[in-house]
Amino acid sequence: MIDKPFNNKAWLFVLPVFFLVAISAIIPLMTVVNYSIQDTFGNNQYFYVGTEWYTEVLGSSRFHDALGRNLLFSGIILLIEIPLGIFIALSMPRKGFWVPVCLILMALPLLIPWNVVGTIWQVFGRADIGLLGRVLTGLGVDYNYATNWLDAWITIIVMDVWHWTSLVVLLCYSGLVAIPEAYYQAARIDGASKWKVFRYIQLPKMQRVLLIAVLLRFMDSFMIYTEPFVLTGGGPGNSTTFLSIDLVNMAIGQFDLGPAAAMSIIYFLIILLLSWVFYTVMSNFGADAPNKEVG
Amino acid sequence: MLELQNVSKKVGVKTHISDVNLTLQGGTVNVLLGPTLSGKTTLMRLMAGLDKPSSGEIIVNGQRVTGKSVRHRNVAMVYQQFINYPAMTVYENIASPLKLQGASKATVDTEVRKAAELLKLTEFLDRTPLSLSGGQQQRTAIARALVKKVELVLLDEPLANLDYKLREELRVELPRLFAETGAVFVYATTEPHEALLLGGATTTLHEGKITQFGPTIDVYNDPVDLRTAQTFSDPPLNTLTVQCHAGQIRDGDKTLGTALSPHNIADGSHTLAFRPHHVSLQKTSSFTVPVSGVITASEITGSETYIHMNTGEAKWVVLTHGVHKVKSGDPVTVYLNPARYYLFNGRDNTLLQAPLKSAEAA
Amino acid sequence: MAQISLDKLAHSYVAKPQTDADFALKQIDYVWQDGGAYALLGPSGCGKTTLLNIISGLLTPSKGHIRFDDDDVTLRSPEQRNIAQVFQFPVIYDTMTVEQNLAFPLVNRGVARSEIDRRVADMLDTLDLKDKARQRARGLSADEKQKISLGRGLVRYDVNAILFDEPLTVIDPHMKWQLRTKLKQLHEQFGHTMIYVTHDQTEALTFADKVVVMYEGEVVQIGTPEELFDEPAHTFVGYFIGSPGMNVLPCEVDKNIVHMAGAKFTLNKGYADLVGKLEIGIRPEFIDVKSAAEANGAGVAIQVTAVENIGRHKIVRGTVNGYAIDVLTDEDQSIPSDAYAVFNTSRFNVYQNSHLVRAHS
Repeated sequence: MIDKPFNNKAWLFVLPVFFLVAISAIIPLMTVVNYSIQDTFGNNQYFYVGTEWYTEVLGSSRFHDALGRNLLFSGIILLIEIPLGIFIALSMPRKGFWVPVCLILMALPLLIPWNVVGTIWQVFGRADIGLLGRVLTGLGVDYNYATNWLDAWITIIVMDVWHWTSLVVLLCYSGLVAIPEAYYQAARIDGASKWKVFRYIQLPKMQRVLLIAVLLRFMDSFMIYTEPFVLTGGGPGNSTTFLSIDLVNMAIGQFDLGPAAAMSIIYFLIILLLSWVFYTVMSNFGADAPNKEVG
Repeated sequence: MLELQNVSKKVGVKTHISDVNLTLQGGTVNVLLGPTLSGKTTLMRLMAGLDKPSSGEIIVNGQRVTGKSVRHRNVAMVYQQFINYPAMTVYENIASPLKLQGASKATVDTEVRKAAELLKLTEFLDRTPLSLSGGQQQRTAIARALVKKVELVLLDEPLANLDYKLREELRVELPRLFAETGAVFVYATTEPHEALLLGGATTTLHEGKITQFGPTIDVYNDPVDLRTAQTFSDPPLNTLTVQCHAGQIRDGDKTLGTALSPHNIADGSHTLAFRPHHVSLQKTSSFTVPVSGVITASEITGSETYIHMNTGEAKWVVLTHGVHKVKSGDPVTVYLNPARYYLFNGRDNTLLQAPLKSAEAA
Repeated sequence: MAQISLDKLAHSYVAKPQTDADFALKQIDYVWQDGGAYALLGPSGCGKTTLLNIISGLLTPSKGHIRFDDDDVTLRSPEQRNIAQVFQFPVIYDTMTVEQNLAFPLVNRGVARSEIDRRVADMLDTLDLKDKARQRARGLSADEKQKISLGRGLVRYDVNAILFDEPLTVIDPHMKWQLRTKLKQLHEQFGHTMIYVTHDQTEALTFADKVVVMYEGEVVQIGTPEELFDEPAHTFVGYFIGSPGMNVLPCEVDKNIVHMAGAKFTLNKGYADLVGKLEIGIRPEFIDVKSAAEANGAGVAIQVTAVENIGRHKIVRGTVNGYAIDVLTDEDQSIPSDAYAVFNTSRFNVYQNSHLVRAHS
């Protein structure tokens, strides 16, 4: 119902941003598209190869494996972080002295840069000098992320959960505190169990923030690069070589610009497609009428 | 003076306001009356310049302002929610529009104190709005609109969130305060009673269309059609489908009286309507037409009784003086006065007959 | 269904209340009869919502006890008290259909499926929501949502009481009528004890058999709508009930002679010697405006300052010897230029320090 105020001058303010986006995003993207359909023998000589690189990338087992790892990783991340985030948000106090304390504690991991997180855990998990590694080894667990693929995966997942669950928590918490007290009172009077309060009040009211949380966490985890790069460099073997790491290897390590460009386009399209799927499924979940709130 | 010429507002395929023509004079009270979603708020937003009409012109004091943004127009708006700057004191809140206009410190001080005095806020000037009661918060918002000295004051159900008695008081004060400034004063409400208390002129709205515009009491007495009459009736208007023949009003084989000017009523099926207080439980010299029915509920207000009844298909409300203890399910006979009948054309619901005015009908 | 007794009940939001002013609800003793329709009426901040929350169990009182029949429920939670409550803003379960909303409290209590189906079908019928049974509740209008909130209470046939917290706030005037009448009919049909909180006198008076008028944490009068209208126990009640409220004018009383607004009135009832602040309360309904000829020496000249034609009535605002009064006249009455206010002296109420004084004889 509420329309934005109109003002034609507003375009003047939007235009500079429009140009910046064009320079920083659209033009580089077009360059990539350009690379992805050409080949070179050096000497700046290029010739058109059509969809050859695309077919090559899409058909390569190397790409399939990396894509599989990505999907598995994002799936695990979402399955852990979303429920855990909701659970922590539900356990946080709604009012009183502990609210700011909890919020600050939750925000702390988010303030640490990716590569620092990687380095922290790299050191923390080392069997010779790291606290975690030493403890585990001391307990008789044969833990080594550099040689055991399962240990590497677990470490990266724990790292990501440690780093990013807070984001889900904060988003869910903001959704929870916006629910009017009367809903909880009515539910108590209706004799609803805690689970039903969650299922029929809290979850529906958190739907929008959860959508944002899932999208952000999916996109981020699907593009994961820094942590495995710092921690394992893609190993042991190829077990933590995700699409992003593979892409960098291909483009910078092997200087295969054509296939790398084709792969980035495919990578980009996959993220776009999956995000769209998440968005449509989640925003239509349980809704058959436009969501209009009173007040 | 505010003029709207053929103003329409469409959002997507939905028409929110359809072809509105309206001229509102300065220094007068103008009520916009209509149920929720009838387009009151949309119309006010167009008047204010918060939205641009899809077509049509908006003219203030002879100058075309269509498309001119609200920031460049001289407009004040008060909403149903109490909107103040929470971090400022009441004084700073009231002073804020003056400071924006660049008034001198001395002028600001006199104006703020004058407005505070009028709205009984003087003792709260140093407090912050959130420490005040709802009524005081809304008074602060109104004071801010008052000092702004604007051409157009828009109030969108400003009293809806206030206590009953507070509403009563502010309703008396508001028109008086703003009439003095000479501004065009527009007041949106869903309540017929509020419109009558405010007086002035009333515009009735239904589904984005103006159904009538005129002096409030005239719109109430002579609604142009059934829709307007219903919008302007609380308790609801009683209606009955009747057949008219040569001015004789009949419900089936029962005669309900004669139309006031029998020749003006075309033969056919029409809607008979009358107000709940124009019914009597006793037969009197003027209330002569008996109608029987069954009581479905009754409500006592202390001095009056509302009796809800069904007669045939129709559901009626009867408002009578005094306390009557009646039981649901009991039969009841009420008496109608043909001089108090409204008749609406069965085909297009336009007014065929309004009741006689006070003196004649007694 | 139960009789609800309040036993020396009081509540303060301050941890250690010192003075009377610290109490949001001052001491109240009252018994709500089983099956009665009650209203708690007063301006915001008068303590009516506090009292309601104590009855529903959302709040534990600082002092006193509350009993349902002979059960002390003071420390019990809302779900243990078996009550229903309708809030100011409609509370519905967004993702459920209308049917599922109504069935919810029964499902939670483990009622048999066949019984649930029967009751829900019944309730859909009662609330005229049959054709919307399978729609999602969130798409409905405010009044329909409010009906569902009420229906969730009514499907539990055994609730002790149904509490309403300003349930018509977000409803349009026309729908208010219908919903209010529906409520009245449901009360007759089901016979639940109902307690209705509002600041709107019309809602309170039309709904309730007994109205509890509250002011600054105190109950100022409990009575039937008639009692509140005819004999307000306190000038506040006279002002708060009635629109416009009762005229309150300073006076002197000598047995059956009253001096008020520069005129002398003889009453057909006498009063004992009164001291303190004395006032007459007279409702606008009980004053007539007549021309000099009609009044025939009976009235007092009134300077009319405004006449508001509100359709059904005219409100005449004026002054009698400098004292402002409101008069309510019939819609058909014309206001003469030489107007006289004629008081119906049998309707005079005498107030001593704002409290009603009964006549001697």
